[in-house]
Amino acid sequence: MQSFANEIRDGLDQALAEDPTVLVFGLGVPDPKGVFGTTLNLQEKYGEKRVFDMPTSENAMTGIAIGAALGGFKPVLTHQRLDFALLSMDQLVNNAAKWHFMFGGQRNVPITIRMILGRGWGQGPTHSQNLQSWFAHIPGLKVVMPALASDAKGLLLSSIYDPNPVIFLEHRWLHNAQTDVTTVEPIPLGKAKLLREGDAVTILSVSYMTIEALHAVDVLQQQGINCDLIDLRTVAPMDWPTIEQSVKKTGRLLVLDTGFKSFGIAGEIMAHVTETCWSSLKHPPARLTAPDYSESTSPALTKDYHVRAEHIASKIGEMMETSVSVEPILSQRGPAHDVPGNWFTGPF
Amino acid sequence: MTPELAKTLSHGMRRIRTVEETIAERYSDQEMRCPTHLSSGQEAVSAAIGAVLRPSDLAVSGHRAHAHYLAKGGDLNAMIAEIYGKVTGCARGKGGSMHLVDEAVGFMGSTAIVGGTVPVGVGLAYSLMLNETDDIVCIFLGDAVVETGVFHESLNFATLKNLPVLFLCENNFYSVYSPLSVRQSHMRQIHEKVSGFGITTEDGDGNDVAAVHEIVSRTVAGIRDGNGPAFLEFSTFRWREHCGPNYDDDLGYRPDQFIEDWNAREPIGLFESQALAEGSLTQDDIDALQSGIEDEVKAAFEFAKASDFPPASEASEHVLAASMMGSLK
Ligand SMILES: Cc1ncc(C[n+]2csc(CCOP(=O)(O)OP(=O)(O)O)c2C)c(N)n1
Ligand SMILES: [Mg+2]
Repeated sequence: MQSFANEIRDGLDQALAEDPTVLVFGLGVPDPKGVFGTTLNLQEKYGEKRVFDMPTSENAMTGIAIGAALGGFKPVLTHQRLDFALLSMDQLVNNAAKWHFMFGGQRNVPITIRMILGRGWGQGPTHSQNLQSWFAHIPGLKVVMPALASDAKGLLLSSIYDPNPVIFLEHRWLHNAQTDVTTVEPIPLGKAKLLREGDAVTILSVSYMTIEALHAVDVLQQQGINCDLIDLRTVAPMDWPTIEQSVKKTGRLLVLDTGFKSFGIAGEIMAHVTETCWSSLKHPPARLTAPDYSESTSPALTKDYHVRAEHIASKIGEMMETSVSVEPILSQRGPAHDVPGNWFTGPF
Repeated sequence: MTPELAKTLSHGMRRIRTVEETIAERYSDQEMRCPTHLSSGQEAVSAAIGAVLRPSDLAVSGHRAHAHYLAKGGDLNAMIAEIYGKVTGCARGKGGSMHLVDEAVGFMGSTAIVGGTVPVGVGLAYSLMLNETDDIVCIFLGDAVVETGVFHESLNFATLKNLPVLFLCENNFYSVYSPLSVRQSHMRQIHEKVSGFGITTEDGDGNDVAAVHEIVSRTVAGIRDGNGPAFLEFSTFRWREHCGPNYDDDLGYRPDQFIEDWNAREPIGLFESQALAEGSLTQDDIDALQSGIEDEVKAAFEFAKASDFPPASEASEHVLAASMMGSLK
């Protein structure tokens, strides 16, 4: 068995081994904890010139990654929280995303920016933001959000070898997830994955929401409701053909996102489906997302902040106009709501 | 040194130490459910500046702010309650350990993004300049803040406008596990780099509270006199892991000799042995200070634990203000 974090580490290891132009840097990359285990021992293996720590200078280091890319390298820059990468929005949006466009297609910028999405244990307003829609809104950026440990490595390799800037978003609560399947081949970006099949509702999910959705779908199946569960894997570009095909079959759409509700990924998908699948729809498209306010620190204020499997199951019951029991989901819940498992005891 | 000042400095350091070590001791109860950065070992700079600033002076800080908040006079009960996520916390449980605030004593806020409050402190100084007071702003910052763009941009503006602001840098030589040597050129020390802005700079031993007190008193007086911004760098040493209640020196990221040298110069012992020898403190004074602090800290934890959690409805509150909230003066 391999963890999600190990898969990321193996992906970086493989890229560094097979391509001498790959560079890996970020705060804490060579430190004893190795960014939640994802960069352990890489500096020892590939040297300080290719794998290095950096100053707390997120904006400059992003520009430096762009420059190194123009100089022939493939940098992978890592941020321990997406929130820290917000300092680099200028370099990302005005330079990385535009370089190919604003110089008439002469050059491309093959950089990968890993950002970790925090949640729970009092991460609070500035350590827990899921701003995938910001990046997806910018023409010229790709946005990848792996959910399954078995996809992490393949998606990372494709991101590293993609000719464009790729934002690679890893949910902190996935790092400990396990897999026994390991892909060696890159997984093409822009390809969603059908995880469960059914004709009741099309469920589209990303990142950690896919884990909650899997619980919900399996419990619903025991109650005779079968759903298509599609893990998007890539948010930009979106796999519209797979989405449209499923919605045309089921006539019902439920989108799950970890980000704020308004102006988000879910809203964009609902709009697209309304435009392209209107005549197939049997029910208004629906979404379950984080609310339109920040995550607080106090555990008393985060209990109902995040969408859980029981919310998904209830919503599907509502869409199918049938009653479903969420009891099997509730009875399986072990740890407190603000930790990914009992193994987590803080502080970060 | 006068006995009054000796007591103030000893009390300031002991109070911070006791609070931080009590948090460390109780963190494993799993009731303080937020990232928490302790200042044990780094008490001297805070205690010294706390003895110099007045309540109408302003301060801002970052992720490791407990000592700064307490030194500025921040309410202890409200801080502990905040870490416990209670509605009686200084931010009603919204922010936790990294988001402390007590405007009643001029502690304007600490936030979790490195460098994030530096320009805010400069903006506060601009408002003080416009209001023509002789109050100052103290911006607490760590050695990593010096690497951010916004730090340099803020220094530029503060010097451009000759603002009443003290940049107070506690250099503990590490950012998380990363030593200065992988983050900044060794060609210049931090204060030397900053002096290039044309700002008053000085450096000192951040574990020698008497020395820090002498430097900050002189520097703050100069800022009040209209001499413009100043930057002070004090070297010091964090005892525990970057974030959390444990010791992590088993990881080997700090050289043994470095740890040993700093431990030999623990700030409270260093100061009190001198003060006892010169007679500005007696052992009875120290015992009385410590027992008062222990009662206060015990009561603060009791207060926090007995306090209510915020009602669930507060989760969605405070997104937008409905009216102009109270502003300074
Ligand atoms: C912009 C940004 N980048 C990275 C981080 C992660 N981080 C939190 S604290 C910290 C270390 C800061 O070091 P320093 O300023 O020296 O303060 P110390 O922790 O040593 O007191 C880092 C890198 C952050 N909070 N914000
Ligand atoms: Mg430091």
